Amino acid sequence: MNTITNTFSRLRDPRYYQITVLGMLLTYGIFGLDFGIRWQNAVTIFATAQLVQYLGTRLAGLPKFDPLSAVITSLSLTLLLRTDLFVLAAVAATLAIGSKFLLRYNDKHIFNPANFALVTLMLLSDSAWVSSGQWGNATLVAFGLACLGSIVLTRAKRAETTIAFILVYGALVFGRALYLDDPLSIPLHQVQNGALLIFAFFMISDPRTTPNTPLGRTLFATLVAVIAFTIQFIYYQPNGPILALIMACPAVPLIDALLRGSNYRWDQPAGAKPGPFKGVY
Amino acid sequence: MRILAIFSAAVATVVLATTAQAFCGFYVAKADTSLFNEASQVVLVRDGDRTVITMANDFDGDVEDFAVVIPVPTRIEREQINVGDRAIVEHLDAYTAPRLVEYHDPDPCMAYRRYEMSQDSMLPSSVAEDELRKSARSRGVTIEASYTVGEYDILILSAEESSGLVRWLNDNDYKLPRGAKPVIDSYLKQDMRFFVAKVNLEEQSKLGYQYLRPLQVAYESNRFMLPIRLGTLNAKGKQELYVYALTRTGRVETTNYRTVKMPSNFDVPEFVQEEFAPFYRAMFDNQVAEHNDRAVFLEYAWDMAWCDPCAADPLSTEELQKLGVYWAGDGGKGGMAQDVFVTRLHVRYDSEHFPEDLMFQETGDRQNYQGRYVIRHPWKGEAKCDISDYQAQVRERQEREAQQLASVTGWDVEDIRRKIPFPDGTTPKEPWWQRIWG
Repeated sequence: MNTITNTFSRLRDPRYYQITVLGMLLTYGIFGLDFGIRWQNAVTIFATAQLVQYLGTRLAGLPKFDPLSAVITSLSLTLLLRTDLFVLAAVAATLAIGSKFLLRYNDKHIFNPANFALVTLMLLSDSAWVSSGQWGNATLVAFGLACLGSIVLTRAKRAETTIAFILVYGALVFGRALYLDDPLSIPLHQVQNGALLIFAFFMISDPRTTPNTPLGRTLFATLVAVIAFTIQFIYYQPNGPILALIMACPAVPLIDALLRGSNYRWDQPAGAKPGPFKGVY
Repeated sequence: MRILAIFSAAVATVVLATTAQAFCGFYVAKADTSLFNEASQVVLVRDGDRTVITMANDFDGDVEDFAVVIPVPTRIEREQINVGDRAIVEHLDAYTAPRLVEYHDPDPCMAYRRYEMSQDSMLPSSVAEDELRKSARSRGVTIEASYTVGEYDILILSAEESSGLVRWLNDNDYKLPRGAKPVIDSYLKQDMRFFVAKVNLEEQSKLGYQYLRPLQVAYESNRFMLPIRLGTLNAKGKQELYVYALTRTGRVETTNYRTVKMPSNFDVPEFVQEEFAPFYRAMFDNQVAEHNDRAVFLEYAWDMAWCDPCAADPLSTEELQKLGVYWAGDGGKGGMAQDVFVTRLHVRYDSEHFPEDLMFQETGDRQNYQGRYVIRHPWKGEAKCDISDYQAQVRERQEREAQQLASVTGWDVEDIRRKIPFPDGTTPKEPWWQRIWG
């Protein structure tokens, strides 16, 4: 009986769903869309992430080693990071997991780990990039992604971040089309971008970096959407959403200070009992 | 081993000839002549925000009635427009084009002896101005500058709204393609500007050119893009466009559309040598359909300093500089082009599947890629030993080639088999189940 309860409570952890969905996307990307992801990079990212997670656990004196979050970060990095140099793949994994242990405020990560690593590498090296066009813009793919993503969100009870981001970004993109008197096929094409949807469902929604209250998360998502739109359509630079997230993250402590709420715990997604918080990285 | 790289510019021309062409601008004519481009090729040189764009068009029509309206992402001045050399664009086309490579099987009876290998590769491929101003001003359009560059009369327009530009074109007896006005409006609101190029017949005959030379524009803009929305306006159906990007860091890709590599590096039957253009065209058609008409195709990505095998020699430093690669030759060795990475993209587009302009980014990817198709000629000499094993291998290889060719081109595999000279006395290997039910 105890085992069943344990298994059940473990399955409540939304990270299992997230790993499944990201794993499916990675499989689709490699075999269906021919992303040309180098297996050496993937292995390097996974191995380095687990190693740094282990070292971090030991150095921070945490009670137990938890590989799940590092697996998710590794999947995100493998999906998004493109580089010909596997050394950079190792650096990315180290930066991502390292940032969780070192860049903290009020017991939360300041940056989304994968996002932090991607942006740092893109800024510091010419040899790392993100291919935002790689998912294409097929409506069907968009629909599939949205459905899969929603499963993860309902498990994590953090849907408002994604919904607010998509609504605000969508409104800005459609508003721009109305102002320019462009045909609606243009904004539709823009919001159906696969990379944008993956960002909305799997990166911005990370409960460990977003504000603690629903109102806070909505504000945060709005901020990210406005910055992303500015980068993409006023400065005409690629990777608007990814850059916007890292720019908006420092605002989270401020939003939390204004709107109080309890920190997220992976093992209590419903946030029922905000028990003593320690050791969940 | 003998390697022969076969390519002629004719290949690209044949590939292009079936589809009506246009490019990032649009044409306006004074008469109802049909205006189509035979080949649209754009060279995009990009370093930071600095951009030099060269637009080569194989315009077919009455030159007298011809003017082209070109959008530019920023304001430009006289010195920023130039007339380029078409031969350089053709050279770049030849250098980056898909190539066919030939190998000859050695004598199977001398399998253990090696021949001296000779490698002969590299087949070299080779206005009443005041009046205009007056009418323009009254229409809310200012001609900021008007002058002659080579055989072109260039007018730089700063229209505040498209109705001004549209009326001005109408007043000068140019017919605008349908649907141009809203697109011009949208571009103007995005702070893009236009210039109009008309052929100055007098200058053209003085210069002695029989064709139109490519127009070049140098500008600084944070937008790494190519406006294609106007390109569909002169269109009968889908447009074909080649973009050659010359950058410092690495491969260029589109950020708002998928960039897909063309299938490459596989063996093809011998008859493809005669039918290379139809083969490549069929494969391209097939790939476009497979990616739901929504992909941009990568045909070449290579460091400009070399090639292997070469369809044409790499461009010289001088040629690169003329295309706008201002850094070419800085610190290079022995005059060789250095620090230039070339990306060749091929896109077939219409407004339904490519509603937005093409947005690009430069990646750090310096991995070489080329369209390379291999012909392996079987040994055809006189056999001085039992070669049945060798013939069986050849038959198997030819069958594999037929299957592969059918899968990439969509051609009927039976038609392909009929064109393959299978070795005498060998029979096709049928799957065992075919013998059960016939």
